[in-house]
Amino acid sequence: MLSTLAIGVQVCMILTLEGLSHGMLEDQAQRSRGIGADIVIRASTATFLSLGEAFTDKYLPLFVRKQRHVVLATGALVRPTGPLTTVTGLDLPEFERMSGSFRFLAGGIYRKPDDVIVDEYYARQYHLRVGDTMQMLNRRWRVSGIFEQGKIARLIVPLGLLQDLTSNTGKINVIYVKLDNPAHTQEVIESLRAGMENFKIYSMEELQSLYTVKNVPMLPEFTGVVIGLGVVVGFLVVFLSMYTAVLERTREIGVLKALGASPGFVLNVLVRETTLLAVLGSALGILLTYGTRWLIMTFWPGSLIQAIVPEWWPIAAGIAIAGALLGAAWPGLKAARQDAIEALSYE
Amino acid sequence: MSDAPILSVRDLRKVYRVGDVDVHALRGVDLDIARGEFVSIIGPSGSGKSTLFHILGGLTPPTSGSVTMDGHDLLAMSDRQRTDLRKRTVGFVFQKYNLLPTLTALDNIRIAQYIARRTATEDPHFGDVLKLLGIDKRLHHKPRALSGGEQQRVAIARAIVNRPAILLADEPTGNLDTENSSAVLNLLRDLNERLGQTILMITHNPEAASYGHRIVSMRDGRVVHAAA
Repeated sequence: MLSTLAIGVQVCMILTLEGLSHGMLEDQAQRSRGIGADIVIRASTATFLSLGEAFTDKYLPLFVRKQRHVVLATGALVRPTGPLTTVTGLDLPEFERMSGSFRFLAGGIYRKPDDVIVDEYYARQYHLRVGDTMQMLNRRWRVSGIFEQGKIARLIVPLGLLQDLTSNTGKINVIYVKLDNPAHTQEVIESLRAGMENFKIYSMEELQSLYTVKNVPMLPEFTGVVIGLGVVVGFLVVFLSMYTAVLERTREIGVLKALGASPGFVLNVLVRETTLLAVLGSALGILLTYGTRWLIMTFWPGSLIQAIVPEWWPIAAGIAIAGALLGAAWPGLKAARQDAIEALSYE
Repeated sequence: MSDAPILSVRDLRKVYRVGDVDVHALRGVDLDIARGEFVSIIGPSGSGKSTLFHILGGLTPPTSGSVTMDGHDLLAMSDRQRTDLRKRTVGFVFQKYNLLPTLTALDNIRIAQYIARRTATEDPHFGDVLKLLGIDKRLHHKPRALSGGEQQRVAIARAIVNRPAILLADEPTGNLDTENSSAVLNLLRDLNERLGQTILMITHNPEAASYGHRIVSMRDGRVVHAAA
């Protein structure tokens, strides 16, 4: 029972980590798709996950909007408000012309200078309703609207206000560009690159393709380390529980040997039992993953998103079964070689 | 009962090494048991009867001497051959029953067949034996739901399910009250008389020993007296 639970926790740990990696990237990709732009322009210091330093918004009227095929271009400023949260400043009317209107679940767009709109995940995590106040950037804000998630950001305030509050007056760190026809994307990118040499310019398709675990710096290594720790912890727990189980069943093993069971038979029994425990533990771990997703999506949906990643089920189960078998090998061999008389006299 | 001995022991010696000291558990035992005989071995603690039980059961090798059981020379046997001997040639009944607690009575019996690679259909009359033992209606109970007497009868069924040449019983009534002790001893005698099962029973209880055809007394690692 304890072994099954330990293996379940090990599998759950691996699957939850992978689920978080996939979920957060997919969420980021979904919110990018919700922008409705064809081209994204960022500072040279940006990565596909961070927006880099702020730059002057004069590029918009002086250069970007003048490009052929560009029908709309709008800037945004994104500033961190916590370890996992950011606030986005938008020229909302301009942005809505590009991406379509926000779908508000309650309230509506900001009307007053201290108004903020939040998405449903953020509202759920912090138990916010329209009219509630919240503290951010050293001032109080009033929630004027809660919108359906999947649109650019979780927290949105007027662009000018955010620029002033963060000493970034006249600055933005991303430009979204909408074309008259997406077929002209590459042509426009080439044209933009000619005038904005120190910027990173992506098509939205290209940006979407970058949202994978492999492209996040250190994430595959981090995942590998956590999986490695999971294997080591699982191995130790299974090893100890198998060792204890073998000790507790010393007399039973003695009985089997008295009945003529060979060392191979005893080892076979223990290996089959371990495999069964590992398979049950893996199934439990997969079920527990649904539990961790429910917990995360109920209590921290504004900060963390966990996906269910079925393609990782056999990998996690394989790791668990291999770890369990390895953990059971030594006590199993010890049991198989045990002297029958000593085993029968074990109390 | 046949006159040809099924078990022949000559000058059997067993020396254990405990630390730097040699302990002579058996000091030259001679014993013959005929096929179909029910023999009781009696003796005080330390007389060597348990060591003899373990050697005859193939659980430990002797140091010297000769033991021939049903045509097999135990002294020449490897560990693997002694394991095979325990599958079919010898059946054990222990003082503490030694049933597997997670299995039902029936599965405790079947596991002995499984280890010996026999099937339940090989012995269609075994059901009659279960009736004789009085456990035919208790087969689907786990050991914890059985009385001590019932557990020992299941252990006897497990010991004889593969039709062993000899049944070795080590203090089979040691954990039972008087009523259950009598029942188990009567059953052993019935098995001997009805099925011709050869039985070697170790006990320190003279009353239990009297159920055998013959009583062999041991002291200090030697047979000191044999009486019919």
